[in-house]
Amino acid sequence: MSNGFSNSSVGRKVLMALSGFFLITFLTLHFVINFLSVFSADLFNMASHFMGTNWIIQFLMQPVLMFGTLFHLGMGINLELKNKAARPIKYAMNKANENSSWISRNMLITGIMILLFLGLHFYDFWIPEIQDKFVDGIWDNPTKYFPHLVHKFEDPIRVIIYCVSFVFLALHLLHGFQSAFQSAGFNHTKYTPLIKKLGYLFAIVVPLGFIFIAVFHHLCSH
Amino acid sequence: MSKLDSKTPEGPIKDKWTKHKNDINLVNPANKRHIDIIVVGTGLAGGAAAASLAEMGYKVKAFAYQDSPRRAHSIAAQGGINAAKNYQNDGDSTYRLFYDTVKGGDYRAREANVYRLAEVSTNIIDQCVAQGVPFAREYGGLLDNRSFGGVLVSRTFYAKGQTGQQLLLGAYSAMNRQIGKGKITMYNRHEMMDIVKVDGKARGIIARNMITGEIEKHSAHAVVIASGGYGNVFFLSTNAMGSNASAAWKIHKKGAYFANPCYTQIHPTCVPRAGDFQSKLTLMSESLRNDGRIWVPKNMDDVMAIREGRKKPTDLGEDERDYYLERRYPAFGNLVPRDVASRAAKERCDAGYGVNATGEAVYLDFKSAINRYGNEKAHVLGLHNPGDAKILELGEGVIEEKYGNLFQMYEKIIDENPYKTPMMIYPAVHYTMGGIWCDYNLMTTIPGCYAAGEANFSDHGANRLGASALMQGLADGYFVLPYTIGDYLADDIRTGPIPTDSPEFNAAAKEVTDQLEKLINIKGTKSVDHFHKRLGEVMWNKVGMSRNAKGLIEAMDEIKQIREEFWKDVCVPGGMNELNPELEKATRVADFLELGELFAKDALAREESCGGHFREESVELDGEQKGEAKRNDKDFAYVAAWEYKGDPREAVMHKEELEFNDIELKQRSYK
Amino acid sequence: MNLTLKVWRQKNKEDKGGLVTYPVTGISEHASFLEMLDVLNEQLITQGIEPVAFDHDCREGICGMCSLYINGEAHGPDRKVTTCQLHMRMFKDGETVHIEPFRSKAFPVLKDLVVDRGSFDRIQQAGGFISVNTSGNTQDANALPIPKPMADKAMDAATCIGCGACVATCKNSSAMLFVAAKVSQYSYLPQGQVERKERVLNMVDQMDQEGFGNCTNTGACEVECPKGISLEFIARMNKEYLNASTSSEK
Repeated sequence: MSNGFSNSSVGRKVLMALSGFFLITFLTLHFVINFLSVFSADLFNMASHFMGTNWIIQFLMQPVLMFGTLFHLGMGINLELKNKAARPIKYAMNKANENSSWISRNMLITGIMILLFLGLHFYDFWIPEIQDKFVDGIWDNPTKYFPHLVHKFEDPIRVIIYCVSFVFLALHLLHGFQSAFQSAGFNHTKYTPLIKKLGYLFAIVVPLGFIFIAVFHHLCSH
Repeated sequence: MSKLDSKTPEGPIKDKWTKHKNDINLVNPANKRHIDIIVVGTGLAGGAAAASLAEMGYKVKAFAYQDSPRRAHSIAAQGGINAAKNYQNDGDSTYRLFYDTVKGGDYRAREANVYRLAEVSTNIIDQCVAQGVPFAREYGGLLDNRSFGGVLVSRTFYAKGQTGQQLLLGAYSAMNRQIGKGKITMYNRHEMMDIVKVDGKARGIIARNMITGEIEKHSAHAVVIASGGYGNVFFLSTNAMGSNASAAWKIHKKGAYFANPCYTQIHPTCVPRAGDFQSKLTLMSESLRNDGRIWVPKNMDDVMAIREGRKKPTDLGEDERDYYLERRYPAFGNLVPRDVASRAAKERCDAGYGVNATGEAVYLDFKSAINRYGNEKAHVLGLHNPGDAKILELGEGVIEEKYGNLFQMYEKIIDENPYKTPMMIYPAVHYTMGGIWCDYNLMTTIPGCYAAGEANFSDHGANRLGASALMQGLADGYFVLPYTIGDYLADDIRTGPIPTDSPEFNAAAKEVTDQLEKLINIKGTKSVDHFHKRLGEVMWNKVGMSRNAKGLIEAMDEIKQIREEFWKDVCVPGGMNELNPELEKATRVADFLELGELFAKDALAREESCGGHFREESVELDGEQKGEAKRNDKDFAYVAAWEYKGDPREAVMHKEELEFNDIELKQRSYK
Repeated sequence: MNLTLKVWRQKNKEDKGGLVTYPVTGISEHASFLEMLDVLNEQLITQGIEPVAFDHDCREGICGMCSLYINGEAHGPDRKVTTCQLHMRMFKDGETVHIEPFRSKAFPVLKDLVVDRGSFDRIQQAGGFISVNTSGNTQDANALPIPKPMADKAMDAATCIGCGACVATCKNSSAMLFVAAKVSQYSYLPQGQVERKERVLNMVDQMDQEGFGNCTNTGACEVECPKGISLEFIARMNKEYLNASTSSEK
């Protein structure tokens, strides 16, 4: 074998799937914690405080997450470039919608939209957090999280941008969730239809939940 | 006639092959590396031969006109492959398979070859299974068998309706392994244009690179022709569009005798022709006759009404239908052998009872099978009063399980639902039993030139039974040629590489180039297909299933006429040094136009009805068989091997008398 | 019926090529698509124009030679058919029909609509076989029972005709369905176990070297495959590859 696993087409798609699974897990956790904010400011503060101050999470999991995200993105772009190069001359007429969905063909577009959103999201939450902790040196502030969250969702423009971004997240997940299983080599006559249903459910419920959270806090702040 | 020695070994028939293998010369493994063999054609016979010879250590060059060996027309065989495994414990044996094949061939095959075929048939199945060919299996995990065309045992192995495909892919995979190792050099999109003889021996071929148009010289110590049959001489056949006789015809012109060219198989169940644009005919597996009943309307009024669309076939009651096979052959009914079923369909259509616009179609009706299966299934399910609709639904389900893919294929072509309305079928040219004459070692009358598979004449006599073509192709390629070719090559171990710059190679290459230039430069007014269609029409009408002396003489003249016109007025656009499909067609049709004439000449000489052909002058005049084909064993139990003498009609016949020591000759009866 | 054809014409491998418009008249709706092209070519020959080169052979949907991209779909608008089985009744009188060759870096155009699919052969040569020599004494075929469901699965995978519609239709020109079919066929059979790991590694490696793209699970290949080869086999190949790559014995 001259190529090596991570250089081979199949190896790369398996890695793409694994990093996808990882991001789905993170997304689930993120969603659960955020949803606490709808019920109780204290609970939300507590959970956020734990996540923000726990050494393992901060110095092990956070870099892993960063790497996972960048890897998923980098690999996605890398594969897309290779895939484009595999057909140097395009068809004059191509009816792609006859055999596949727009969503499945445009994961890069939905992915890049999510990336752009991440920029805003980092600007909104991550950079202030770093500022607090490492520049201003206030490591421990267990009650700051909820007010900060509510404050951010006062601006209707931001809420709209967030909601649109979550739609892109939904589109990305609609294909990505079940596709990751296929890529990782799991296709079963009995379970695959179940996984597909679960994937659709996840892809709709989680982004819808995020939208709900954003809109909820926006409305509550007025 | 001294040249026609079949070289059949002495001794009892069951020991001949074993004894022969023990007696023949072998080539030492170290020497095999220095011996080149050219294989033309990569179907079952050629592919299997190329792979096996390369495994043994020879240097093989394989040629295919397709873009990959996997596309050879063996791939289209649907039904299955026979082998005397007796897995069903129904009394099958090597002898029975041998007997059925000789009898099915109407006693016109060489006994010793057929026995060998039956003998190695079991090895073929073992070999293919070892290669990973996914044959159909029973729930116990063992191989399944089905019965086929008029024999009394179940000995046919199958892989859905795609047995030929799976067997070919098996041979292709064996070839791939050798190509990967560098033991086979594969020449895709190359067409053999001529054979090169040096000192009387086959020493190479001239091939055309079909992409660049380059004329290439390839040398070897032996040449194997496995280029398939010549059914496309009829223009319309179930053969692939590219299937051609050129390799076989070119070696014939250089000294190989052509045996029994008039032996063609007309398959009874093909999708009928729809119009003049038709380019080929599609086979529907013979297995359909297990459940379908064949009929035409009894009354001419109904025929006309159906053709004009005023009536549908389903409007006709049982008493208005003529189930002519059941009427004429009560014992075998719809399951008579292929030749009988084909002739009977033609007889009805010639009498004007054909049911489609062209007047060349009969019905194959599954109504009663659907009813029967529906009732059976309802019984199994314990339904007491299922009602007609339920029975229909259940019955259609059973039929779909058995023939679903064929019904779907039919519906795509004809745009009618065969579950609801009877299928239309008509006979079509399917296989050619005739071919290059070869001896027991499969060597032609050119030393060092071998013929295998459908390209040779050897095993099927005047008619081929279902599921035996795949068997013969693989037997020749895997188990016969690899042994017998060594006997000849043992003398060649000191020859060394054959140079391709010899006068013989140069002359052959020039001859090929001249012919191509001539074709391009005619710049006539009519397309190649125009001439091919005209040839096909003459062949079908006068040299087809039913023929007489007058028609055959006319046909010879008409073919000659078409040939002369072709060389004056054909239009071959494009150039020589490029991919040029019209030029490829032109060279093939030029050969068909010669072969067709020899075909008619052979048919004229064979004044008997035998196998697939009905000679109108040779019929039973009385008794139970009145009006049926009459074979003449006293005068015609021979192989007619024709020697080329500069013009097809000048060909000289050499007879190989057929001896039947192990089988008693009988008239076939299916009444 | 009468049609307007927009056909890709390209003199040879080096030529740039382009779409050329031809009217074609008097086509029967019962004709197959390739028979319609035969009629076009007859008409072109009489006009002194070089006929359109296209690949075709068996014309009954099994050899895999025909390879046209018709109106934006591999093998045209019908499902589970090859181009030769596509009939003109799928088109409307007066319609404009685009005919292009299968496009992929790994399928270079040789002329007009004819492409070179040698890359498929090379993938098969890398491992699409079971290493068994021809001999008269392999073990008896029934010495190795194979459960029917496994044999049937192997057969489903083995029905691939190697036409390349999967590559042509995939937005990435990926050959995964083609390779997966062969890898899966042997992986289901006991005969294929010996070389199981080596086979999938070598075949995937060759596939990558040929310049095919990657699979992004759009499922287009499965829809356009004339033989309905299932996407399930791609997942199976991924698993085979993963197993083989992580195994210590290769």
